[in-house]
Amino acid sequence: MNRNISKLQRIDARDLNYRELNRLIKDAANEGIKNIHLTNVNGQRYIGTGVNNAPKININGVPGNDLGAFMDGCSINVSGNGEDGIGNTMNSGRIVINGSAGDILGYSMRGGEIFVKGNVGYRVGIHMKSYKNMYPVIIIGGCARDFLGEYMAGGLLIVLGLNRKSKNPIVGSYCGTGMHGGKIFIRGNVEPWQLGKEVRVYEPNKNKDDFSLIEKYLRQYCELFSLDFDSIIKTNFTKLLPGSSRPYGKLYAY
Amino acid sequence: MRHSEQEKLISGCSVAGIMNESGRKISGEAIIRSIAVMRERSNGLGGGFSAYGIYPKFKNYFAFHMMYDDKKAMADAEGYLKTNYRVVKSEEIPTIEDKSIKNRPLLWRYFVELKDKVKNLYYDLTEEDIVVNDVMKINAEIEGAFVTSSGKNMGIFKGIGYPEDIGRYYKLEEYRAYIWIAHGRFPTNSVGWWGGAHPFGLLNWSVVHNGEISSYGINKRYLENFGYRCSLFTDTEVILYLFDLLVRKHKLPFDIVCKIIDAPLWEEIDRNGDDEERELLKTLRIIYSSALINGPFSIIISDGNIMMGLNDRVKLRPLVSLKDGDTVYMATEECAIREVCKSKKEIYYSKSSEPIIGKLKN
Repeated sequence: MNRNISKLQRIDARDLNYRELNRLIKDAANEGIKNIHLTNVNGQRYIGTGVNNAPKININGVPGNDLGAFMDGCSINVSGNGEDGIGNTMNSGRIVINGSAGDILGYSMRGGEIFVKGNVGYRVGIHMKSYKNMYPVIIIGGCARDFLGEYMAGGLLIVLGLNRKSKNPIVGSYCGTGMHGGKIFIRGNVEPWQLGKEVRVYEPNKNKDDFSLIEKYLRQYCELFSLDFDSIIKTNFTKLLPGSSRPYGKLYAY
Repeated sequence: MRHSEQEKLISGCSVAGIMNESGRKISGEAIIRSIAVMRERSNGLGGGFSAYGIYPKFKNYFAFHMMYDDKKAMADAEGYLKTNYRVVKSEEIPTIEDKSIKNRPLLWRYFVELKDKVKNLYYDLTEEDIVVNDVMKINAEIEGAFVTSSGKNMGIFKGIGYPEDIGRYYKLEEYRAYIWIAHGRFPTNSVGWWGGAHPFGLLNWSVVHNGEISSYGINKRYLENFGYRCSLFTDTEVILYLFDLLVRKHKLPFDIVCKIIDAPLWEEIDRNGDDEERELLKTLRIIYSSALINGPFSIIISDGNIMMGLNDRVKLRPLVSLKDGDTVYMATEECAIREVCKSKKEIYYSKSSEPIIGKLKN
């Protein structure tokens, strides 16, 4: 047994370049340290990328772009906001954002979970995909902006719209544009103008499979952020599925 | 000006702006630190700053910041300037010795006013119109000379290098301004050269831009009708000239200009339930169709009274902001704001084509 397993490593990231910081994280993980606490992080990119042995990484401060890009198994917890490109092409593991996040969160994500307590920006879940037992899941506690699930090819996207002001739409426009796989669940209703041409609207709650799929992940989400699962699930969800698995098959065929 | 050959590289510029709406001035230290946090977004091929309120002693004179390839270009440009302007002060722009800053042009600044005989000769033009014509002429016709900025009580400092190195090179920590705007460049579709670094300036305008303008050809042809000459080997200059045309010459308010250059999509206009507003938006799109800027962008622009951040219509570039009391911060990434603003306030994630405005109080 590695004696480092129960050890916690603290790293002060102040004024460290992203390369230096990520080197320290990788070295700690390679020693078998399972808990890494980062403080004073501000803008350092690629935290969690190429880190072995799946440690827990706790981040205080604002992690830079591409947090957890290509990540394999780490569990990242961010105390506040994240920036753009969180979980870019992530393979497995979990990223928890206790604040809000920017654009293209979950870009080409292939597996694992991203749970955001607050709002997210544009093009969240763009081109996320599933394969065999790989199944990416994104849950957004607040609202999402335009182009949610753009070109989505697989996996699960849930938007809860909690604490939403009535003038703020839960998702922006062009939701699901180019979508050709996977499922999007939006808590409440969406208007036709909010949707891309390639998605179809369904009612999920009559279908037992949908409920158990949502429940499986949403319970974990609610536990993490101390939310009441029963009251959240009471509201009807809108289910979005692609109208075709190959929406642009004929686009260039002339 | 000399242009170095540069291969096409992946995009990723950085922008940052700090404004105090009460006109309280701060040193350039903060903006240097703010833009430096986003160092990875630029590649050392361009960095620059604009600063407002830095020349209070000469606030009634146009401040020309110039770059020259050589003494001949300097003599030619000075000869031209002295025909039209009375030069009250001329000096080299102070810099430090920094071996990492290469291919330095001669950097000079002039505080000038138009001669009366020139004003009489062009009695149908405003002073600003004459200055714009002269800036266009110098940039397009005087070999090796480039006007970096030409406003009053403001100046642009830029060059090839990482922005924080350029800032130190120009000793910006010694200047005090109520608006600071910065840019770190990662040239994509145009060459990296000293004059091509951002910000771009004309009169009191300065603009920094992350993105690329796919409507450049249409905008350029439109602007040429009004005497603007696009000679800077970059798409960004059309933004500058469009603002100058629409705000200064057509006297349109900023919010209307945003509806022109960053017009809502037709679907959005059709959905607008307010009949009057819908007609206005339609009319603007029709009349000013050639002033619409297409393609991905986030910009920060200022005229010394307003500092505005703006995104393209489908949000293809990042920009966030934060207002803390009378100080407004804008940046490509949140970290650039947190680096210099200790407030715990929430960051503001503006929507596509939603202008973020800081405004100088009277």
